[in-house]
Amino acid sequence: MPLSTQSQADIDQYILIASLDNARNLSNILKAISFRDHAIFNATQNGLKVTVEDSKCLQANAFIQADIFQEYIIKEDTVGFQVNLTVLLDCLTIFGGSTVPGVCTALRMCYNGYGYPLTLFLEEGGVVTVCKINTQEPEEPIDFDFCSTNVTNKVILQSDSLKEAFSELDMTSEVLQITMSPSHPYFRLSTFGNSGNAHYDYPKDSDMMELFQCTKIQTSRYKMSLLKPSTKALALSCKVSVRTDSRGFLSLQYLVRNDDGQICFVEYYCCPDEEVEEE
Amino acid sequence: MDCVATGGNVKVLAKAIHSLSRIGEELYLESVDDGLALRSVNSSRSAFACFLLSPLFFQRYQAPADHSFRCKMPIKSVQAVFKSLASLDRSVEKCRIQLKSEKSRLTITLHCKHGLLKTHNLSFQDCESLQAVFDKESCANVLQAQPRLMVDTVLHFPPSLEEVNLSVSSDRVWLRNHVEDGADSLRAMMTELCLSSEEFDHFSVGSQTSVTFCLKELRGLLVFADSSGLPVSMYFDEPGSPVILSVADSVLEANFVLATLSEDSHPKNHVNPDTKHPDTEQPPDDFMSDDMDSFLIAMESSELPGPSHVPTSPPRPTNNRKHSYIEEEEDEQALADGPPNKKFCSLFFGSVLPTPSQLPNQTMPSQEVLASDSEDENQTETS
Repeated sequence: MPLSTQSQADIDQYILIASLDNARNLSNILKAISFRDHAIFNATQNGLKVTVEDSKCLQANAFIQADIFQEYIIKEDTVGFQVNLTVLLDCLTIFGGSTVPGVCTALRMCYNGYGYPLTLFLEEGGVVTVCKINTQEPEEPIDFDFCSTNVTNKVILQSDSLKEAFSELDMTSEVLQITMSPSHPYFRLSTFGNSGNAHYDYPKDSDMMELFQCTKIQTSRYKMSLLKPSTKALALSCKVSVRTDSRGFLSLQYLVRNDDGQICFVEYYCCPDEEVEEE
Repeated sequence: MDCVATGGNVKVLAKAIHSLSRIGEELYLESVDDGLALRSVNSSRSAFACFLLSPLFFQRYQAPADHSFRCKMPIKSVQAVFKSLASLDRSVEKCRIQLKSEKSRLTITLHCKHGLLKTHNLSFQDCESLQAVFDKESCANVLQAQPRLMVDTVLHFPPSLEEVNLSVSSDRVWLRNHVEDGADSLRAMMTELCLSSEEFDHFSVGSQTSVTFCLKELRGLLVFADSSGLPVSMYFDEPGSPVILSVADSVLEANFVLATLSEDSHPKNHVNPDTKHPDTEQPPDDFMSDDMDSFLIAMESSELPGPSHVPTSPPRPTNNRKHSYIEEEEDEQALADGPPNKKFCSLFFGSVLPTPSQLPNQTMPSQEVLASDSEDENQTETS
C-alpha cells in the first residue's frame, strides 16, 4: 500500500488527503460530468465538490461526501484548485479500468496546497503508480442562484424511464423543450427536428413518477447540445429530480449509487434558450 | 386515417419498417383497398419491397376518408419512432397511426408502460403510387423454405458480399457468391452451398435455371421472416426476370422483388454503341421525383419494351437486371465504353450516370429511370 512508503513528514505536508479502496467510486462519478477538460475542485469538511462548466450556460457538480472516502483529512476550511479533468480520469483509470470483480484500484489523493500539483497514488495488485497533475487557480463557479424558494415546478422520476426517452431523443433538434404543468401534459419533453416534432409525456400518476409538484404551467427550451452531457449522469443514476424556477432555469439532480451502494449526487444547472411562458 | 396496432403487432410493424430500410431510403405509405401498404424501392430501382397490412392486423383500422391517401417520408424518421426495437414488445402497449392532413403530419403515438406516451408528428410528402409490376403466378420456379434454413444458408456468405447466384435443378439448389469476371476473379474466394429439394417445404422447378441477385436486399426480408417464423417463398423465372420473395400470414403479406442479372457477365462482349436508340427520349428524372406513373414497368418477359430496344445477340454484360426494371439505364450503360463490369456494379448500386470520362462524346443525360416506351404500357397491376 502506498501509505507504508510515505513518511509522516510527507503526510503532514498535505492539506487534503482523500483515500478510496475503489477508485471507481470517484472516477465513475467524475465521468458523469466530464464534458469539458477543466474541473474546479472544492473540498470542505463535508466532502468533495467537483464543478464543470460550459459557456456560462451549463454547470455540472458532482458531490462525493466525506464518508464515502475510507480516509478523508482536510486541514483547512476549504481547499480549492482546478485540474484537467481528462488527465485526472486517465490517471484514475491508469490500470485499465477492468471490471473483474474483486480487483480494483486503490486511490490516495493528496494535495499540498496552492501552487502544488495534485498527487495521486494508485495501486492495483501490488503495483503502485504515482501521478502528479498540475493544478491551476480555481475559477469561481457561476452561481446560478437557484434556490428552492424560487422553484415553480418539481418532479422526481425514476431514471429508467427517462433514460429511454433521452436515448431516443431526436438529435437533429437544436432544443429540448420541457413543459411542466399541474394539468395535462404534466411533464413533457419535446424535440423539433428535421423529420418533425416528438413529445414524450409522463403523466403525474405514472408509477415512474415519485414526486409531482407543479404549481403552474411552464415551458422552457434548452439547447440540446448543453443537455446532452447530462445523459452520462442519467445513465449512472437511479432517480432524477427535475426542477425549474421562475426564470426557467433548469436543475437536474441525479441520485447515483456507487459500486459499494453508497449515495452520491450529481446536479446539472442549465439556462433556458428562450423563455416561453405558456403554450 | 386512424389505425391502432397492439401487442406483438407493434413489433411486427417496427420490424417491417426496419426491413424496408434495408431496401431504400424512403418509406411510401399508401392506404389501399386491402389495407395499409408500406413500400420502399432502392435508388437504382432494382429492388422493391412491399408490406401489405390487412385491416385485421390492426386492433382498429379506419381508412382515410378519401381512400386514396398516400405519402412518402424519409425512412429514418419512421425508424426513429421505433428505436428500441429489442424492448418494443415489453415497453409498448399500443401504437396509433393517425393522419392529420390539415397539418401534413402523420402522427405516430406509442402508448408505453408506466403511462409514458410518445408522440411523433412526422412531416410527409405527397407522392404518386409506388408499385412494381410482378406476377408470382407466372413464375416457373417456386421454392418455399423455413426462414431458419435461408438465414443459416446466407450466414455462410460474408456480409460484404453483394450478389449471390441461385441455381436450381430438378432436385437441388445451389447458392454461390457471384464474382465479376475480371482481375479479381481468380483470387476471389468462391463459396458454394448445395441444398437438396427435401430441405424445402415446397420445391417446384419448371426448368433448370440460374439467377443472380443482390444479397443485401434479401437479408432485409430474411431478418423479418426469421423473427416472424413465417416460411419464405421464392418465385423466379429465367435470368432477367425478377425474383420475388414473399412471406405471408393471415393479416400480413410481404413481397420483396429483386431484379436479376439477365445473363452471366461476359466482359469480352462489349457493347456496340451504334445499336443504341438515337431517338430515345430521356425526360429529366430525379430519383426523388414523384412521377411514379413512369415507374411502372411490365415484368413479363414476353413483353419486350419495344422494337427500338432489341438486345444485341451476344449477351450484353450491361444488359443486366435492369432489363426488367429500367430500360433506360440499359441504354445509358450500353453507351458506355468503359469496362462493363464496373459499369454493372455502378449501375447496380445506384450510380446510373456513366462518368464523363467514359462518355467523351455523350452529353450527360439527366438521370433517367424509365423507358420512353413505358408511356405506351401503363400497366399498373400488381399480383
